[in-house]
Amino acid sequence: MSAAEDAQAATATRNGWLLSAPALAILTFAAAGPLLIVLVYSFLTPGRYGNVEWALNFDGWIGILYTKDIFDETLKLADANMSIFWRSIKLSFLTTIITFAVGFPTAWFIATRPPKARALWLFLITIPFWTNLLIRTFAINEVIRNEGLMNTVLLWSGIISEPIRIIYTDTAVFIGMAYVYLPLMVLPLFASIDRFDMKLLEAGYDLYASRMQVLRRVILPIVKPGIVAGSILVFVPSLGAYVTPRVLGGGKNMMIGNFIELQFGQGRNWPLGAALSMTLLFVVMVALLFYVRAANGEKKNG
Amino acid sequence: MAERGFSVARLPGFSTIAIVVFVALYLPIITLVVYSFNAGQSVAVWEGFSLKWYVDAWANDAVKSATLRSLGIALCASIIATAAATMAALGTTRRKAFKGQTFIYVMINQPLMVPEIVTAVALLIFFASIKVATGYQGLGYLIIAHSAFCIPFAYLPIRARLEGMDLSLETAAADLYASSWQTFRRVTLPLLAPGIMAGAMLAFVISLDDVVITEFVKSGGQDTLPTYMLGQMRRALTPEVNAISSVLLALTVLLLTAFFLLTRKND
Repeated sequence: MSAAEDAQAATATRNGWLLSAPALAILTFAAAGPLLIVLVYSFLTPGRYGNVEWALNFDGWIGILYTKDIFDETLKLADANMSIFWRSIKLSFLTTIITFAVGFPTAWFIATRPPKARALWLFLITIPFWTNLLIRTFAINEVIRNEGLMNTVLLWSGIISEPIRIIYTDTAVFIGMAYVYLPLMVLPLFASIDRFDMKLLEAGYDLYASRMQVLRRVILPIVKPGIVAGSILVFVPSLGAYVTPRVLGGGKNMMIGNFIELQFGQGRNWPLGAALSMTLLFVVMVALLFYVRAANGEKKNG
Repeated sequence: MAERGFSVARLPGFSTIAIVVFVALYLPIITLVVYSFNAGQSVAVWEGFSLKWYVDAWANDAVKSATLRSLGIALCASIIATAAATMAALGTTRRKAFKGQTFIYVMINQPLMVPEIVTAVALLIFFASIKVATGYQGLGYLIIAHSAFCIPFAYLPIRARLEGMDLSLETAAADLYASSWQTFRRVTLPLLAPGIMAGAMLAFVISLDDVVITEFVKSGGQDTLPTYMLGQMRRALTPEVNAISSVLLALTVLLLTAFFLLTRKND
């Protein structure tokens, strides 16, 4: 490399950084930087009225899994916490599976429309995607609550004589999350089905493959990047969900997000809240790394 | 459906599922909008058409101030985020890969990866100490927090637009002795404008929609429209919330349609 090229590269680097500096400053101040403070707080002692005292303490991290007996200080597995983690993981997996099960046919349907109609169907999926999550949660609440649309119609038609009470249960949270996160599954699935070469299907059928075989052996392997992307996009926000479980789950059916908030409110245990936040962040990062590896692996294989 | 011969792309049952999905997606939203026009107090029984709840919401001072606050924060945050994102996009596209570029990408997209509740908690802790240290309690905290998570949403369409522009026009301008500022002002910026508009609109919608981070960062009496609605939800459900939701919904659809027209026209 010549000296002139060196100088040019140095200018490019400098300009790139200078132009990105305002964005980086805002993000460091109000997004990435404070995450480090959370890490520090997870090792401090809870203050009596919230906040923290500056004394090293591992109780925040221990408190994720165990409770301390108030008399003899022995550690016991915290059943309440376990049930919250289990609910979060279970509901997030179920949400991912159901959104894939109904989202794949939907994405396929959109991708196989003629071009003009396809734009319209895609727009119809995009509107709920950009609509306020809170409003969509209210909307599904209108349908499933005790005096909601579902019960009104079912009672009126005589199919049931008592309203189905699912609001403030895990089922309600599950239905709500599947409803609000479905567009996040459909959009990446659509993107990869859209690139799929339909001639491959002809080849499959010419070779006497059944529809099921074509689906399993040709379509699914090729659109796998879209499946992985959609699953991550649904699983990650489900795991950290706060609004939907709060509105549809009531106070009892907490997920991790609500449990974290509790520590900063009535719980007055900021270090435990901080440790829980770091744990959630860690799990999400592992899921994202898995996604990046899957996506890169796909690229290498062609 | 009549048999129209064998179509390779048809998979049995898929169209049916898709139609059911679209109905299931829109039925709740339509229910919400329809009941916002219900005359009765009950959200269950239809008692005739009325604009009562819209009038009530409009007359409610809490709703009015929350609306103004939401719009003000969204306006400030989208301007700040779009300006910062435009500069960052200019700095990271259409040039040779440089040292630290990956780091800049990761930083810019970071708000898309970290769960909102974690960022919310982090800002609660950080801003709580700043509030104690400086005594400042104003809207600045919400504006800077919103600006931060809006940056990736503004950055993505601007970057996409930039990558679609080749450098020949700018090179031509430079050949004609335009200064680099003149080239930027007269050539690059006008060409980039639709991307910047699209980015600003996305940032605006994202800021307007935020619940979780706002809920944790706001001080007393700083409700935005979404946090006000969440607070109402805890008490009794009123059709007033439906009315506010319907207005926000209409606004989103309007902005989205504009966004699509902006990004499509210049393909």
